[in-house]
Amino acid sequence: MGRIQLKNVTKRFGKLEVIPPMNLEIDEGEFVVFVGPSGCGKSTLLRMIAGLEDVTSGQVLINGEDATHVRPARRGLAMVFQSYALYPHMTVRNNIAFPLKMAKAGREEIEKRVTSAADILNLSSYLDRRPGQLSGGQRQRVAIGRAIVREPKAFLFDEPLSNLDAALRVNMRLEISRLHQSLGTTMIYVTHDQVEAMTMADKIVVLNAGTVEQVGSPMELYRNPVNMFVAGFIGSPKMNFLYGDFAADRSAHAIGIRPEHLTLSTQSGTWKGSIGIAEHFGADTFLHVTLKDDTQLTVRAEGENNLGHGDIIYVTPMDGRIHHFDENEMLRRG
Amino acid sequence: MATDHSRITARFMISPAVFLLLGWMIVPLSMTIYFSFLNYNLLSPGLEEWIGLTNYEFFLTDPAFFEALANTLQLVLGVLFLTVCGGVGLAVLLDQPMWGQGIVRILVIAPFFIMPTVSALVWKNMFMNPVNGLFAHLAKGLGLEAFDFFGQAPLLSITFIVAWQWLPFATLIFLTALQSLDKEQIEAAKMDGARKFNRFYHIVLPHLSRAITVVILILTIFLLSIFAEILVTTNGGPGYASTNITYLVYAQSLLQFDVGGGSAGGIVAVVLANIVAVFLMRMIGKNLEN
Repeated sequence: MGRIQLKNVTKRFGKLEVIPPMNLEIDEGEFVVFVGPSGCGKSTLLRMIAGLEDVTSGQVLINGEDATHVRPARRGLAMVFQSYALYPHMTVRNNIAFPLKMAKAGREEIEKRVTSAADILNLSSYLDRRPGQLSGGQRQRVAIGRAIVREPKAFLFDEPLSNLDAALRVNMRLEISRLHQSLGTTMIYVTHDQVEAMTMADKIVVLNAGTVEQVGSPMELYRNPVNMFVAGFIGSPKMNFLYGDFAADRSAHAIGIRPEHLTLSTQSGTWKGSIGIAEHFGADTFLHVTLKDDTQLTVRAEGENNLGHGDIIYVTPMDGRIHHFDENEMLRRG
Repeated sequence: MATDHSRITARFMISPAVFLLLGWMIVPLSMTIYFSFLNYNLLSPGLEEWIGLTNYEFFLTDPAFFEALANTLQLVLGVLFLTVCGGVGLAVLLDQPMWGQGIVRILVIAPFFIMPTVSALVWKNMFMNPVNGLFAHLAKGLGLEAFDFFGQAPLLSITFIVAWQWLPFATLIFLTALQSLDKEQIEAAKMDGARKFNRFYHIVLPHLSRAITVVILILTIFLLSIFAEILVTTNGGPGYASTNITYLVYAQSLLQFDVGGGSAGGIVAVVLANIVAVFLMRMIGKNLEN
């Protein structure tokens, strides 16, 4: 259960149009990630689906029914906030039980559901603590627990991992993915981190300035970005863009090539350059190479090499991996 | 402040202030205690003599003392109830986004700037006066008999006036507390299905509990010594109906010129205030921790 459709949805704050007419379909059980730079309207979009923000025009359909003017609680969606928004004066147990109490569920029912949610999230031994006594990751799990007990049609996550440290973020990413697999519920996840988008999503929606740039599976976006914005946003390290002669040689306005699609040689190759900085990660090495005309290029090389600052190398793009873009920064097919 | 040396210097540096404050407190206190053991009447100067605890005996067995004690409690509790409830209500209203918010907030705070004697006189003569007061006119306009506020319900009227004065203070503190409430918590509660009342009861009110504690503590201290409002409105009357402990001490020492008895009453008031303070700290001070 949980199909969400947006039909010509717009949002204005006064005269400022934050989201121009937008159409989007989210299928049952899908894990959809809204990704984009800050201020692109992805959180606003999520809050409009949740009902916390009014829709200026257009329709929000949940399971085919018009929910545009239904109040948040009646939409049957659950949200996990960036600040977790736990109730500080309640114990973990009461935090998780709160939506059930508001729904006037029976005492046994509440006890049963809270216990099972706590089991799923490994919170059983913390049930009588207050949020203030928990670590960031535990608070995050309580917030998810509060969402789970409602058995919602869909989960909405608003940058849930951005307050966690790097190691914990990787853990929680896996936990949320695992949760999605075991519950099978639709999830909509907002983030500005393309790594989260790539690793978790079934479908990524790339947003920029309120408009959808591209929708597709992570690998689809990786392989076939429709424009330079998506090409530059998806993938880490970023795709290299080359202009001027490099692009003119291939009769394009600009060409793009990912760092991992370049081969390296010390003898010969298409482009010659000198290494500015070599970042050795162990498994890989990222070389920041300066080509002619001060063009910067990032190259992903194998981990074990002893290249360093000042070395002259030759770089060759792999066949069929170059993306050609026209003057409007759109992908030129063929 | 890490080293022993700097700690000793710090103690040394604050000692003048500490001694000054100590002296400021100890001199009047010991003089009052000394007077309370004397038969000291301003009408017969120079005839002071040591009479031990007689002043205390007289003050504590005076029927007026018990009435004043009850009045003090009633006044404090009544005003606390009105200011806390009214303050929370007003703060919630003022927290809503609305047109002219700044001006409305200043208007709400205005009563706090009016001195107690003036506001009590304004209430007495312009609103509650049974002949010329606004309320009397209103009652007449409705065909009712005018109500003599200070004759029929003196203590309640004073409670109301004092509450009106302190309401802005409570509102202001609650309003600032409300503004520190995380908006995402309210939104989470909305998502969780809490309607307006439940959001207020389960989220807003617990968030305000610390501010409410602070207001109760501060107000109690001030309200135990209400005086001006009683002096300019009822003079403690009719009978002792609106006399509180503070006013009783005044009446004893300055209306009956019995400085010894008044001092004894003052010491009793100090003891009572301290008992109340200790109780308050024990009961709700816990709220301030964590």
